[in-house]
Amino acid sequence: MSPEPDIDPRDLYPLSEKAPHLVRSQTGLTLADFTVDAVLEGRIGAADLAITPEALRLQADVARAVGRDRLAENFERAAELVAVPQEMLLDTYELLRPGRAKSANELRERAGLMRRGYGATRIAALIEEAADVCERRGLFTKRF
Amino acid sequence: MSDEQAPRWKRMQEWDRRPLRLDSFSEESPENGFSVFHSPYDPKPGLTLGPDGDILAMDGRKAADFDILDAFIAAHHIDRSVAAEAMALDSTQIARMLVDVNVPREELERLARGMTPAKLAEVVGRLSALEATFAYAKMRQRHSPGNQAHVTNAKDDPLQLAADSAIAVALGFDEIETTMRVAGNAWANALACTVGTAAGRGNTLFQCSIEEAEELKIGLAGLATYAETVSVYGSERSFVDGDDTPWSKTFLTAAYASRGIKARCTSGAGSELLMGFHEKCSVLYLEARCLCLQRAMGVQGTQNGGVDGAPLTASMPGGIRELMAENLLAVWLGLECASGNDTKTSESEIRIGAKITPYLLAGSDLITSGFGSIRAYDNSFNPSLFNAEEMEDYLVLQRDFEVDGGLAPLAEDAALAVRRQAVEALDDVLDELGLAKADNAMKESVIHASGSDDTETFPPVRTLQISRDIAARGLTALDVVRALALRGHRAMAENLMGMLRQRISGDYLQTSAIVRDGKVISAVNDPNHYSGPGTGYSMDAARWERVKAVRGTINRGHILDAEGSHEAPAGSAQFYPIGKADKGHDPHEVVVGISPAFGERLHRTTAGHAVSDVLDALTKGILEGGGMPRVVRIRHTADTSFLGLSAAHLAGSGYGIGIQAKGTAIIHHKDRLPHMNLELFSNAPLVSLEQYRAMGRNAGRMTWGETPEPIIVTNDGQALGARFHPRVALLYAIETEMTEPGAEPEEMFFASAERNA
Repeated sequence: MSPEPDIDPRDLYPLSEKAPHLVRSQTGLTLADFTVDAVLEGRIGAADLAITPEALRLQADVARAVGRDRLAENFERAAELVAVPQEMLLDTYELLRPGRAKSANELRERAGLMRRGYGATRIAALIEEAADVCERRGLFTKRF
Repeated sequence: MSDEQAPRWKRMQEWDRRPLRLDSFSEESPENGFSVFHSPYDPKPGLTLGPDGDILAMDGRKAADFDILDAFIAAHHIDRSVAAEAMALDSTQIARMLVDVNVPREELERLARGMTPAKLAEVVGRLSALEATFAYAKMRQRHSPGNQAHVTNAKDDPLQLAADSAIAVALGFDEIETTMRVAGNAWANALACTVGTAAGRGNTLFQCSIEEAEELKIGLAGLATYAETVSVYGSERSFVDGDDTPWSKTFLTAAYASRGIKARCTSGAGSELLMGFHEKCSVLYLEARCLCLQRAMGVQGTQNGGVDGAPLTASMPGGIRELMAENLLAVWLGLECASGNDTKTSESEIRIGAKITPYLLAGSDLITSGFGSIRAYDNSFNPSLFNAEEMEDYLVLQRDFEVDGGLAPLAEDAALAVRRQAVEALDDVLDELGLAKADNAMKESVIHASGSDDTETFPPVRTLQISRDIAARGLTALDVVRALALRGHRAMAENLMGMLRQRISGDYLQTSAIVRDGKVISAVNDPNHYSGPGTGYSMDAARWERVKAVRGTINRGHILDAEGSHEAPAGSAQFYPIGKADKGHDPHEVVVGISPAFGERLHRTTAGHAVSDVLDALTKGILEGGGMPRVVRIRHTADTSFLGLSAAHLAGSGYGIGIQAKGTAIIHHKDRLPHMNLELFSNAPLVSLEQYRAMGRNAGRMTWGETPEPIIVTNDGQALGARFHPRVALLYAIETEMTEPGAEPEEMFFASAERNA
């Protein structure tokens, strides 16, 4: 489901109109499968409402092609988070908030978990950067 | 010692009573954080790069001393490949490039990526309010402007949320944002708005504003499609008190995208001041830090322009100019901009109208980041700059300037139809899902309600239970689709399905994306490429037809319809022609010269009097003043002065009254110049029958050589031109059309109502 190599990603956007064949739900449904009848017949479940890493990476390609590299990086981080379960996602967000982690190491351990457990290298780097700067700024103080 | 106060100037006392006086105005005092564009504590723009491209210092601070914002901005915003070039450019020169239609937006965005917050703030500080507005029109990201609505109510009533969401969609809002009075009602709010936005044409981005973890869950259930609660602040201590860091917010932004939810940040002048950690810097500089941070985070857009801090910023000199400048910074950095205008910054309607005008002229991705589409008291975010009360004023402003503010008028029957559709559908969904059942009285009260004061609906505990049940049972948008379809709301089910389909492709995650008619448009496929006249957004003919069709527009057909039949009302005075009119000889004769359409095609004055009653009042008055009235139809002119002068020439006394069907009347004398009349009622809408009678009396007395007191018709300051001129122009055109050059005056038989009886 990767685009043809010599295609300008800008020509794929919007994917839903110009490249629907590249889009699948997490369970493999195509956009054409998203019908009211399919819902009535029970062929679409809650898991199908989720975007895939592939779609996010395609959107990253589009963003980069129109000169929005930071947005592209956000989509690439997001692609890494698709597989992270909701509880772990919220817990990691919580851990990044000021004073939740008691030390930089706590954050570095979470970065390691993200890298090993989910292949989330960009997310891991983000967390490690937070650990470094928050350590220098003394932001591991108790807040409540 | 006397207690007596010195007498005051009454004008000042009147000003004291104006709504404006409720506004507060603050002085600039940088030590206390009150400075707009520049504080002596703002750093000088600067950037020192090491040999390997490392940033050694930025805006007066060494890398070792960077706070969390500096560190993040240096690491992720500053583009090393352009920084040296951009920082070396003169700020005034860059400011000129911003308003130069020959410098493309993309080139300016490239330079912005190499500029520090202090540099960016310095550049936009060199633009006047007009220049910043123009630059905004050029730099904003999406070509087609849009708008966002707040949909909330004081009861968190799901039925009303559904009805009001449907109205917001019907008016044209591209995004709908709700929030709750009671946090526990979030799921009920989200479900109700999801159903409501599927009514009518459907397809609108929707968000339920609540604590992040809950918002993510709601989004994951398909019951929200965007989030704009990713707040950032321009000082480290504000940020930490806001309970986040740049990294936690960056993570959250990615988390939203990973669940297919569009996200934007929130920032704005004054927020650090309200949080108590302003570092004595100008609000613009702090906001420039926020915006560089947002670009660095990779979020697609921002809502800024003061937002909750807007009233504080508006209290400072130049504050409103600053709000536009910070919006400009956002779009210059390539961010989608929901440009504030979501907080009531003044009690003065004049200041409100002035605040919105530059945004209407320039256009914006989302002109307001929350138009109060509901009554102000129902707005759970607090009253917006514009609320339901002022909706029609906004619609007329669009029409006045021929600009697209994202909305279009809605006819009452169409409004009621979508409200009914939404309320019935929500009730069916709640029933189908076993959540609740509304009775008819509840539904009818909501359908016809303006606000929650008018509704009889679910008790608060019931709403809370609905919300808890939705969350506990893990219901999703798919359950809503199913329920809608099973209960016969197929079109709404299709609309909602269309939005769920969009989640899979992620198209609406791109910069400035909205969904219109089932299709995503964004800065990618609808980019703003303004480069001078003829290149900007303009409405197509069909859109303009809708936008300009405000309620109460009139045309000639309406005027003639309103005049009804050519017959005078039954029982009124009668007059009809009885031959050519000659000059009279009675020294006290006063001729009343009526216009061509008077009682012929036009039967009412602009004050609403029957023309026959006016004629009756004039003739009675002439008799009371000792004159002898005679009525003559003048056919060669419809002009008041010439009607009066022609009548005067026919009168034995030399005194005549000229009157048009719309009620404008004049006393004239045969020896006077045409426009040197004796008395004139120019504001016909204000003239009473008693005053016409008094005018007649004066004319009668003039024939005896008296100089009576002129009759003064007082104007209390009404905008008579606004109220009447379209009608006046159309009425007068009917008069002038009936004139015949050279036509002789006609003697009229006139019998008052009493004489007829």
